[in-house]
Amino acid sequence: MKILVPVKRVVDYNIKVRVKSDGTGVETAGLKMSMNPFDEITVEEAVRLREKGAATEVIAVSIGVQQAQDTLRTALAMGADRAILVLSEESPEPLAVAKILKALVEREKPELVFLGKQAIDDDMNATGQMLAGLLGWPQGTFASKVELVDGRLEVAREIDGGTETVSLTLPAIVTADLRLNEPRYASLPNIMKAKKKPMETLQADDLGVDTTRRLTTVSVSEPPTRKAGVKLNSVAELVEKLRNEAKVI
Amino acid sequence: MSEREAMDFDVVIVGGGPAGLAAAIRMRQLAPEATVCLIEKGSEIGAHIVSGAVIEPRALEELLPDWRDLDSPIQTAVSEEEMYFLTETKGHRIPALDRVMPHLANHGNYVVSLGEVCRWLATRAEEMGVEIYPGFAGAEVLIENNRVVGVATGDMGITREGEHGPNYAPGMELRAKYTLFAEGCRGSLTKRVMAHYDLRKGVDPQTYGLGVKEVWEIPPEKHRPGLVMHSFGWPLDDRTYGGAWLYHFGENLVSYGFVTGLDYENTWLSPFDEMQRTKLHPVFRPHFEGGRRLIYGARALSEGGLQSIPRLTFPGGALIGDSAGFLNTPKIKGTHTAMKSGMLAAEAVVEALATDRVEPGSFTQRVRTSWLYEELKSARNVRPAFARWGMKAGALYAGFDAMVLRGKAPWTLHFRHSDNETLQPASLSEPISYPKPDGTVTFDKLSSVFLSNTNHAEDQPVHLHVENMPLWKTVNWDVFRSPESRYCPAGVYEVASQETDPRLVINAQNCVHCKTCDIKDPAQNIDWVTPEGGGGPNYPAGM
Repeated sequence: MKILVPVKRVVDYNIKVRVKSDGTGVETAGLKMSMNPFDEITVEEAVRLREKGAATEVIAVSIGVQQAQDTLRTALAMGADRAILVLSEESPEPLAVAKILKALVEREKPELVFLGKQAIDDDMNATGQMLAGLLGWPQGTFASKVELVDGRLEVAREIDGGTETVSLTLPAIVTADLRLNEPRYASLPNIMKAKKKPMETLQADDLGVDTTRRLTTVSVSEPPTRKAGVKLNSVAELVEKLRNEAKVI
Repeated sequence: MSEREAMDFDVVIVGGGPAGLAAAIRMRQLAPEATVCLIEKGSEIGAHIVSGAVIEPRALEELLPDWRDLDSPIQTAVSEEEMYFLTETKGHRIPALDRVMPHLANHGNYVVSLGEVCRWLATRAEEMGVEIYPGFAGAEVLIENNRVVGVATGDMGITREGEHGPNYAPGMELRAKYTLFAEGCRGSLTKRVMAHYDLRKGVDPQTYGLGVKEVWEIPPEKHRPGLVMHSFGWPLDDRTYGGAWLYHFGENLVSYGFVTGLDYENTWLSPFDEMQRTKLHPVFRPHFEGGRRLIYGARALSEGGLQSIPRLTFPGGALIGDSAGFLNTPKIKGTHTAMKSGMLAAEAVVEALATDRVEPGSFTQRVRTSWLYEELKSARNVRPAFARWGMKAGALYAGFDAMVLRGKAPWTLHFRHSDNETLQPASLSEPISYPKPDGTVTFDKLSSVFLSNTNHAEDQPVHLHVENMPLWKTVNWDVFRSPESRYCPAGVYEVASQETDPRLVINAQNCVHCKTCDIKDPAQNIDWVTPEGGGGPNYPAGM
């Protein structure tokens, strides 16, 4: 079984982002970028499946700017076998990503596309589902456990108040939730070895995919800052404030 | 130990600041066949870099003569310069600055984000074939037959209790013919190497400063690109060395910070709060109004200068940059000297490689015959004068030294104490009352540390080793009332149950790797070691 693992280069989760002063988006210039944490989980799970003998090859793919190759190198250091970089604009929207992935699926013929449930930058939570729709494949989203049983994938899904287990025929789409596993470190020896693993670079246009943006960002703003509290001296004062200032009683 | 993998290089460089990167580039320029590996404990190059920074391009000019054509982040030329002596309400501008304080003549210099400069230098180095691995901390010096043969990176995935966690990954031995330590001020491996080879024998104790910095974005109509301001005097008393800087640079950015000499005496002093309250002075305040604070960080720096530089080489390697202490304190600059020292060390290493020498000993001679030495020599008496005679008399001496003696005094002033020996007991120190943060111009420690993007993997051993806890109680608490809870700019140290049973609480995950505790702890009871690689601050562009 070949597994295709899309990984996205996003602003590192430790970085506190700020809105650009003109309100058109989030300032990303010069910030530390890393692999989307949900994608680290899928790389880990795919590599584990291969280590267990359930998969034969793990192919990491990233869609974005040239620097996304660093993200792919991390995936290779974690254990992916080879990588494909599809050059496009930075952070293309989910439908464009799903279409590019569909083209890659047709080329690489994987039996499983293993995605993070969402990217922590735009929080869209859409690419996996869109890809399943475009391909007409079954999908197991928000996976907290994945097992290959008699040629089918059993996926435990995180749902409100518990888990739901679905059984999928292959080929299939799975998107990973946080509790699926704890990803390994990309160790220094493995980072050094990853430099020798193959990485192919493609242009989005070469795949014959229309990546025109369909979404427009109207405005981006920061959450309102919390006002400092005040200390009151008596219950009467509290009642007075609730009635006349907050107007809740 | 046997499970660790090892790899051989000609040169391993510990630390990706200006010194390490300049050394790496020079190595590949002079010996294109030599294998050069550079490790950096920050999650990426620049993640742990804090500096003002006004830089003098002299060393860069020598290293990359075509640097102006290489899309560099060195763009804001110094345009105006102001130096103030502050009293509580007034700022007295020092006239004829270029004659009174010629060290501070900044014509031809640039205001930069040093983190960005380092990222840019790293890209150049990688293009030249240097292997750079950020996110890996040098945790151990490898010494065999009394020769340094490389370093080992730290193990990853060790639990708080010191056990192997589920993701345990052993460190790696990076073995090298020559190892260059470029860890910056008070490097943790440099400390081991200095002790092993007794490199500080016969030199003055090192004296340090702590720089606490913020980056602001201000309204475009207030921005004066290239404006460089410095101050001394208030809010520090005459016995305490230090002052503020404020630079306008980049796209509506302001770099503001405050350096406090760590030979300060008053145990109640808080460098963080000195930085905060200085913003309220009428000389500085208008620059912040209407702006927003973007980044916060802190780092110690070496101020001792020439008298405090240790022996630079040992079998198998050398100390470069601020690990050795090449900062020019009166000039308030260390980037060009750090880079120059790295370049000279690389030249010495190339010679040692060719002649198969154990020690790259010609480094010392190369320093002695370079402009680096001339510069530090003429600056050598300024900082000790402040240490001896206080700020006002020190400033007078500095002016005399510069204008009359032109740095050629026939005497050399020495440092008498290590910074950990200067603190006065709480009973003899005058309490300092700092204003409460207003949330607009001044802020508290925790909201500040938040802006350093600091993170350490949660489940790992505490990397701030208090060797002897009973000693903390009898010295740090009973005598000095926990100076670490004030000098630490990141709120790492807190005292719990002060009234009943005082205990030191160490919030190691807040640590911004400034190294002040390792320097200032009165009994030298705190040992700063590297946490898991990639931990610490994540300073973004602009820092």
